[in-house]
Amino acid sequence: MSTYTTEEPTQVTEAAVSTRLSSLDTLESEAIHIIREVVAEFEKPALLFSGGKDSVVMLHLATKAFWPGKVPFPVLHVDTGHNFPEVIDFRDRTVERLGLKLVVGSVQEFIDRGELAERADGTRNPLQTVPLLDAIQSNKFDAVFGGGRRDEDKARAKERILSLRDEFGQWDPRNQRPELWNLYNGRHTVGQHVRAFPISNWTELDIWRYIERENIELPSLYYAHEREVFARDGMWRAVGEVSQPLPHEEVITKTVRYRTVGDMSCTGAVESDAYTVADVVVEVAASTLTERGATRADDRISEAAMEDRKKDGYF
Amino acid sequence: MSTETALLESGLRESTLFRFATAGSVDDGKSTLVGRLLHDSKAILADQLDAVARTSADRGFGGDKGGIDLALLTDGLRAEREQGITIDVAYRYFATDRRSFILADCPGHVQYTKNTVTGASTADAVVVLIDARKGVLEQTRRHLSVLQLLRVAHVIVAVNKIDLVDFSESVFREIEADVQQVARDLGIGADGISDVLVVPVSALDGDNVVDRSDRTPWYTGPALLEVLETLPAADELESHLESFRFPVQLVIRPQGALAPDAVAGGLDVEAYRDYRAYAGQITEGSVKVGDQVTVLSPGHEPRNTTVTGIDFAGRELQEAAAPQSVAIRLAEEIDIARGDTIAAAGTVADSTADLYASLCWLSPKPLREGAKVLVKHGTRTVQALVRNVSGKLDLGTFNVEETSTLELNDIGHAQLRLAAPLPVENYLRHRRTGAFLVIDPLDGNTLAAGLVKDHPGDHEDERYVI
Repeated sequence: MSTYTTEEPTQVTEAAVSTRLSSLDTLESEAIHIIREVVAEFEKPALLFSGGKDSVVMLHLATKAFWPGKVPFPVLHVDTGHNFPEVIDFRDRTVERLGLKLVVGSVQEFIDRGELAERADGTRNPLQTVPLLDAIQSNKFDAVFGGGRRDEDKARAKERILSLRDEFGQWDPRNQRPELWNLYNGRHTVGQHVRAFPISNWTELDIWRYIERENIELPSLYYAHEREVFARDGMWRAVGEVSQPLPHEEVITKTVRYRTVGDMSCTGAVESDAYTVADVVVEVAASTLTERGATRADDRISEAAMEDRKKDGYF
Repeated sequence: MSTETALLESGLRESTLFRFATAGSVDDGKSTLVGRLLHDSKAILADQLDAVARTSADRGFGGDKGGIDLALLTDGLRAEREQGITIDVAYRYFATDRRSFILADCPGHVQYTKNTVTGASTADAVVVLIDARKGVLEQTRRHLSVLQLLRVAHVIVAVNKIDLVDFSESVFREIEADVQQVARDLGIGADGISDVLVVPVSALDGDNVVDRSDRTPWYTGPALLEVLETLPAADELESHLESFRFPVQLVIRPQGALAPDAVAGGLDVEAYRDYRAYAGQITEGSVKVGDQVTVLSPGHEPRNTTVTGIDFAGRELQEAAAPQSVAIRLAEEIDIARGDTIAAAGTVADSTADLYASLCWLSPKPLREGAKVLVKHGTRTVQALVRNVSGKLDLGTFNVEETSTLELNDIGHAQLRLAAPLPVENYLRHRRTGAFLVIDPLDGNTLAAGLVKDHPGDHEDERYVI
């Protein structure tokens, strides 16, 4: 009986060790496999693209999956109207560079039409769900790629790589399809669509190591820069049109960077000297806070904030 | 930068991936073990720990001594926290300087077969928990049966709560002997695919989880994390097989639609005008430029040709191995589409429309003989008719019972007739091309995990209990 014994650790041959893919290469290969499966099996996929680092990595993976061909699907941005200007500029340049079609779902337009109401706390992140579902339905997208990662949040940790959504975009965590081997089941009925998360298994550090390795451009606010900020809810908030300090909140200039890029009204900056991608990799490796805990006011609303938004059809 | 960060940094650049799953019974401390691994490997960050510490204090965990309930680290959903149970497989991530780990945390009590099959299907190893006070239970036997059926490469049995039996060697040795007996009954280890290792641990106190404990001096083996860091991963074993397999996902044929960024970067537009390559992920073995391959397509005789190029995003590779995603160019202009398989010449049998398989039934909707289903194998989905259900496995006794139906969490044998032949292979030797999904054609839900067996008379499977 070839039972493995504790006294003799299994020996792997030198060749096996040297040819084994690195963890980044393995994650990259898995993501490309998933992206190709979705493109092959769905009629009309789209990629959620906010200009945030995860969606930038997703788009980069898509360019590699179909090289030397063009990325064969449009990108979809849900615009809260509270964006960092440099991110919108980056989005437009990227779309131009890759020759992609950009579809924009606008939170502002829904508010202007009276179909959405501004929240008392001013954050617009939770308002993205309605324009997102509207864009999916009106464009007849049957699969939507997202850059969601399971290490981001406890609810995301239970998300499938292909996640079936009903007519209302709802996620039902108690009724998910088992996901076996690398066989992805994307079958859906009329009205349903699928959210696909090819980088589910990546951590924040993997994302940054990959950005470094592949020399991927990001919006400049991911790196240390000077900015006028004020303290609120234990994080640094940028002074901007939609993010004004209250009389008791003192405005100071600090060297900061963003770990996540979302709606300007609820995304905070962190103090940082990480001016380059290599600096950021070291900073993330040593960080003692999760990216959402450090920088997202909307995830502090309750312990189950992400779970509640996902059930309602959020990303 | 601290020395620790620098080490982590340099290690991560070279680290490899290892996927494992956990399986256990109710109250054997699985959540605590997972919490301990994450906590002691420093995967838990300060804000997560603060939240858990607050909840632990609110619930009075640890009495006057205080402390944190590590199990809370893994409760994900609101319903789970409210009911104190785990509903679904949750994925966790942590890294040491040697490896990055993906942990599929599979709940033990609700639909354990479904969850264990799901978690184990992608796992390089599975950690099965046993309570040292209770020893091998019927559920342990069931878990080991499922793992043997799925041919998980490594099974690690963690004998937990060893502190509650006063770190007794005799208790541990007795459980270890029982585990090895069950393993022998099941044939684990006999086929050289899988092996079993037994480790005494205390998840609560951390003995033998990350570091070796001096409270178990009679145990000279490695701590659990050391085991996970050194076992060979499944793809390390599979990439060395001689049987190259490559299910075609799609054909890359840009014609006029070349990527503008590639063109701007100097891509020779003329040279790529007629580019045609087959994209996919290598499921086992490796391939080199110049290799002879066989293309399997439904409705065609197997066709032989030569690999003329292996491309990956603008890089020309001389060779590639599982689990790489690449695009392969071939010498002959032959008609190849999604669902076809490219394989090392001379290593594949003909496709077949008669499928004999073990099915792990994962749906509340039972299987009946005569049902029409869909079979998804590799990159192809075909209609299938369930001709008969020939038996159901009693996971406690390993006996096969007569049945004509399979229900949720049953594992049974069935014969299916496919509407088109598929290049299926025995799961014992080919974990990827031997696996398939059974899908409900009505609502598209996944009904079962299928494991291909040889046709009766080939006798390959008869050496195995399951």
